[in-house]
Amino acid sequence: MQFDQLLQYLLSGLSTGAIYALIGIGFSIIYNATGIINFAQGEFVMLGGMLTLLFLETCKLPLWAAIPCAISVATASGILFERLAIRPLRQPTPINLVIITIGGSILIRGLSMLLWGKDTHAIPPFSGEEPIAVGGATILPQHLWILGITLLIIAANKFFFYYTVSGKAMRACAYNRRAAGLVGIDVRRMVLFSFIISSAMGSVAGIIVAPLTMTAYDVGVMLGLKGFCAAIIGGMSSGGATVVGGLVLGVLESLGAGLISSGYKDAIAFIILLLILFIRPQGLFGKAQSERV
Amino acid sequence: MKKRFVVACCLLCISLLSAPVSFAAAGAIRIGGLFAVTGPAAFLGEPERNSAKMVVDEINAAGGIKGRKLELVTYDTAGDATKAVQLATKLIRDDKVVAIIGPSTTGESMAVIPVAEKEQIPLISCSAGIKITDPLKKWIFKTAQNDTLAVGRIFEQLQKQKLTKVSILTVSDGFGSSGREQLKAQAATFGIAIVSDDTYSPKDTDMTSQLTKIRGIKPDVIICWGTNPGPAVIAKNAKQLGLKIPLYMSHGVSSKKFIDLAGDAAEGIRLPSGKVLVADVLPASDPQKKSLLAFVKDYQNHFKTEGDHFGGHAWDAVMLLKGAFENGANTPAAVRDQLEKTKQFHGIGGTFNYSSHDHAGLGKEAFVLVEVKNKDWVIVK
Repeated sequence: MQFDQLLQYLLSGLSTGAIYALIGIGFSIIYNATGIINFAQGEFVMLGGMLTLLFLETCKLPLWAAIPCAISVATASGILFERLAIRPLRQPTPINLVIITIGGSILIRGLSMLLWGKDTHAIPPFSGEEPIAVGGATILPQHLWILGITLLIIAANKFFFYYTVSGKAMRACAYNRRAAGLVGIDVRRMVLFSFIISSAMGSVAGIIVAPLTMTAYDVGVMLGLKGFCAAIIGGMSSGGATVVGGLVLGVLESLGAGLISSGYKDAIAFIILLLILFIRPQGLFGKAQSERV
Repeated sequence: MKKRFVVACCLLCISLLSAPVSFAAAGAIRIGGLFAVTGPAAFLGEPERNSAKMVVDEINAAGGIKGRKLELVTYDTAGDATKAVQLATKLIRDDKVVAIIGPSTTGESMAVIPVAEKEQIPLISCSAGIKITDPLKKWIFKTAQNDTLAVGRIFEQLQKQKLTKVSILTVSDGFGSSGREQLKAQAATFGIAIVSDDTYSPKDTDMTSQLTKIRGIKPDVIICWGTNPGPAVIAKNAKQLGLKIPLYMSHGVSSKKFIDLAGDAAEGIRLPSGKVLVADVLPASDPQKKSLLAFVKDYQNHFKTEGDHFGGHAWDAVMLLKGAFENGANTPAAVRDQLEKTKQFHGIGGTFNYSSHDHAGLGKEAFVLVEVKNKDWVIVK
């Protein structure tokens, strides 16, 4: 067991983990504002990648222009999803809503398959493909983009939730929806906000990983599940805990595949998920009754 | 009650009597197709269905077979074995086909085989699994090359270069595990040692961990067995890690798509492939060249993408049936007998020689070893 090997496992794990974290935060934002787990979150990740491809290849836009277009269209579909599937519901019990999100995810995936076909597509990396040596290990420039953008988004998130009126209002909804409604916060509008933020974040995650992992109509399923694991490890907080959850998951997967057996890579993620749900349902870092924002 | 029964019997008799009559009167020869056009195996089923339709249309446009039109009834199995069995029964009972082409995957084929055997309808499978025709089944043929041949082709090359330590990295699905079995089973015959054995899931997005582990083991060669997109990710990861170990892939990625996905990282990667891929650079002496060029050009004209060897499996199957019909076969039993007599048919997958003890019909010259150079394929000499 050499040092550079271990370093490589860690670096690979961290960069995969950053993606899980980004997707995981999308889950927690919606959970905190609405109390539902949005299982369509993975599909927004897929939409990010596929829409970028659409703008790049069909509309012939340069990458810097295609990305914002893709994010806005993905966000628009998030708004549409909330308006058409979540808001009109007569009895918005959590179980109904969760089932609706699962249905929505199948619908989005099906439509994308019809629209873009079943092939896998590649997106060019943002800045070259020359590996960068770190100690004895190597990473790609794209990994730096992933880490950088994840950090940026998390910082922006923190700012939004703690220093803006809308953010504070969303936190209020997370604490107590009824009380928030009584002091004049439009809870339904906050729900819409949460869908906007999380679909935008999901699509960003989908875009920045696409050059590495490639994209297809069905990439959202696995990435969504891994993001969900990250959110569970982080106890559904929309801040640092989920980020740590994602990174822990990524590193464990990478170490597991390298040191134990690659056959158990996915099993590791789901064993962790089950253990956390059984033993510490409040998350790895949560107190028994934690605040969720 | 009794009266009704008699009427029903009469109707049944009439329908039984009239069925063959109407069949002959219509004059069309009806064949069935079972392809996984949607679902996880769509990359097989779609080109297969397209190719089968294309070649049937062409045969009909050229006046059919001995003045009779060929009629193709296809159903989408979605890669589901249960569905494949239902649809096979439907083809035989309702559509009354004389032969069936497909299914696309080994799992479906194995499920459909008992149906075809029981109903005594010849079936030409388009999937690669060796189990389909080994042991031999009376009514079952196949056009896809066996995995064994692809593995043999790689090992032969390694033996020639005196490379003996091999790490394998296979995808954890049917295709990967079949390849993994074959790689392990054949290694000893070629004096090759498998020094590490890793897997990845079909949807994995990062394989640097596996490759880092392999780098530590220092094998002579890495062989990766999978279908897109996994191998493209592996190629990119290998480039990222700066691996200098030669990388071999399986015939599962022998299409332009792989080069598109892996980009620069594909350079130098070798793989065994059906000859479709390199049709234009094959020597003129190659007996398959004419069929190959015709197929590639046709497919390009019809579907705006390059024809691949998956579509070729269905093309071969239709052409094999055409040969049987031309030799006067009209009933399923006669078609079967004629198929078995096929000799020196130069198709897309290779040169077919069926016999009463071989229903796969191909030799290892069906594969050529190719290398990616300047975003294109070249034949490894």
